[in-house]
Amino acid sequence: MEILAILLICAGLFFYLTGTIGLLRLPDFYARMHATGKSDTLGTLLSLIGLAMYTGLSLTSIKILFIAIFVFLTSPTATHAILRAAFDSKVPPWTKDGKPLREGKGKGI
Amino acid sequence: MESFFITISIILGLFVLLCLYRVVFGPGLFNRLVGASVIGTKTLTLLLLIGFIYRRPDMFIDISLVYALLNFIVTIAAAKYFQRKGAF
Repeated sequence: MEILAILLICAGLFFYLTGTIGLLRLPDFYARMHATGKSDTLGTLLSLIGLAMYTGLSLTSIKILFIAIFVFLTSPTATHAILRAAFDSKVPPWTKDGKPLREGKGKGI
Repeated sequence: MESFFITISIILGLFVLLCLYRVVFGPGLFNRLVGASVIGTKTLTLLLLIGFIYRRPDMFIDISLVYALLNFIVTIAAAKYFQRKGAF
């Protein structure tokens, strides 16, 4: 059981590393959200399930699983809220040649 | 097993320091908001690991739960507050 917990925590750490590299290296706000929004959720989920598996069946592990369920529900919601606020604030997306996507007609960017 | 938890905590703290670059130097407001949200999610796991290092996870788990709630509410409130044209 301990070996499975170590494997799960290391997998969660790998996803944290992926999200951090994406947050530092990608060129655009939307691309950074794309990197961190998913990998952070999965990394937290794997790490918390690994910690609950290390504890064994008790009140502590049940609480850890409740935190995991809560993060699984709220982290994509927070990502969606930030992304929607940035889209309504007209943050310009990154393009390859540096030109904007389309000239200001309509509601989008 | 404790040395494994200490190693994982140090690596996670290093990731938090790397994410702090985006909070300090990130161009615009929303990059900083994303960095703060990511640091909050990492801190939640770090608090649980600290609880396992000190062999008292039943006390630190409540702190972690409150931190998860606060992180979500802060992110939603800031995103709703800055949702207007030309805020970045």
